[in-house]
Amino acid sequence: MNALAHPTTRQEDWRYADGAVLERLAPARFEQWRDIAVAPGEAQCECFILDGSEPELLRLRIDVGDGGRAAIFAVNAGADYTRIEIAVHLAKGAHFSFGGVTIGGGEATREIVTRLAHAEPEATSNQVIRAVHWGRATGNFLGRIEVARDAQKTDAVQDFKGLLLERGATTNAKPELEIFADDVKCAHGASIGQLDEAARYYMAARGIPPEQAKSLLVRAFVADAFRALEDEAEQERMLAAALGALGDAV
Amino acid sequence: MLAIDNLHANIGGTPILDGLSLQVNAGEIHAIMGPNGAGKSTLSYVLGGRPNYEVTQGSVTFNGQDLLALAPHQRAAAGLFLGFQYPVEIPGVSNVQFLREALNAQRRSRGEAPLSAGDFLKLAREKAALLRFDMEMLKRNVNVGFSGGEKKRAEMVHMGILDPLFAVLDETDSGLDIDALRVVGEGINNIMRRPDKAVLLITHYQRLLDYVEPDYVHILSKGRIVTTGGPELAVRLENEGYEAVAA
Repeated sequence: MNALAHPTTRQEDWRYADGAVLERLAPARFEQWRDIAVAPGEAQCECFILDGSEPELLRLRIDVGDGGRAAIFAVNAGADYTRIEIAVHLAKGAHFSFGGVTIGGGEATREIVTRLAHAEPEATSNQVIRAVHWGRATGNFLGRIEVARDAQKTDAVQDFKGLLLERGATTNAKPELEIFADDVKCAHGASIGQLDEAARYYMAARGIPPEQAKSLLVRAFVADAFRALEDEAEQERMLAAALGALGDAV
Repeated sequence: MLAIDNLHANIGGTPILDGLSLQVNAGEIHAIMGPNGAGKSTLSYVLGGRPNYEVTQGSVTFNGQDLLALAPHQRAAAGLFLGFQYPVEIPGVSNVQFLREALNAQRRSRGEAPLSAGDFLKLAREKAALLRFDMEMLKRNVNVGFSGGEKKRAEMVHMGILDPLFAVLDETDSGLDIDALRVVGEGINNIMRRPDKAVLLITHYQRLLDYVEPDYVHILSKGRIVTTGGPELAVRLENEGYEAVAA
């Protein structure tokens, strides 16, 4: 790919993206990465809320030194094509924690793409991704975990759940594990479902109106993504940002 | 308080209730007994407005209102409580949060001010103590990891907190050991045995009726009430079986 080409949906990492938007964006946009370096033994946590009306790309490159800890939490609730992409390099004994939510209706495609390189031994990672969509919206999660040949004692967990509030909405989940070491733990799960009708009726029978019941259930569903966020006020802010998008849902 | 007249209801096109009529006045406790498949649970779900239960004929009037015209949450706000035979687990939502939302939604719909978090916790503590229910369990997610008996006792705590005018309790006694049965029985008496309230107790067995004495016992068979009597009817049923008594 030359420096001035934009990606297309023929590329594996972009296969579920909104191709029309990719063509429209200036190729230079795809060269913009934000670099975060966590020094050995240090810890860093950052939260991102993407809820603009224009197409948006947030691309992070995170390098975590020996024994360092990085945590990223993100809400992807853009009104147009919005992509959060995170590439992480973990050194010996480093930890990466990620909680991400794609939420929204309309026609937009919202995606979260993570690529974790467990490059050295004893690094750990935990990713929790939740997607809630309605209308004709699409939510994507592409998550790759690469465990290098000598990255023994790697412990990586990846958990994706999608919730479709109505027919017509889509989620795609693509977990990808490339493991070249033999003494590792890599757990991943992906499931897609709809709101629990029994729970909705139970709530109604206790007096909770349908809109409020839906909001409570969606809140419970997405809250998993922010459970590892230690700052409770931040946790509440992220949840509110995610649930704020629910306003126009059916 | 509750008047059911000639009620017919279907599930998925299959008729279950076939002309059921019943009048329950304030201050009364009625027990409905009957064999499996008689329509007991269907009656409770029709009263609670569960989706897919289709009323084809008849009427239900609750304190002068057409109950069947109300959405399920509006029925609750009007004072109807449905105790579930199989209480539902809701991961990620605590009992405290669930019940506070429920109570305040009901209060708002009746034009009353919502309770503050502090006042609600005080009320919850009081009702949990009444049913000897551990307050710590109320902080856990709704019914998640609760045993069968704990779920049924939690239902009674819900009833205590929501303080309904009319409770339909669908086999609240199933899955309870003898001690829990007594606690639940006492709970029903404490919360609902009042001149302005009434209860419809749906049960298979006479056991619960040792603790909660009904004013009337009805036998439901093939979707309608076939026999009505006093508490002695339940004892006869226990001794002689449905076939002998309902025939």
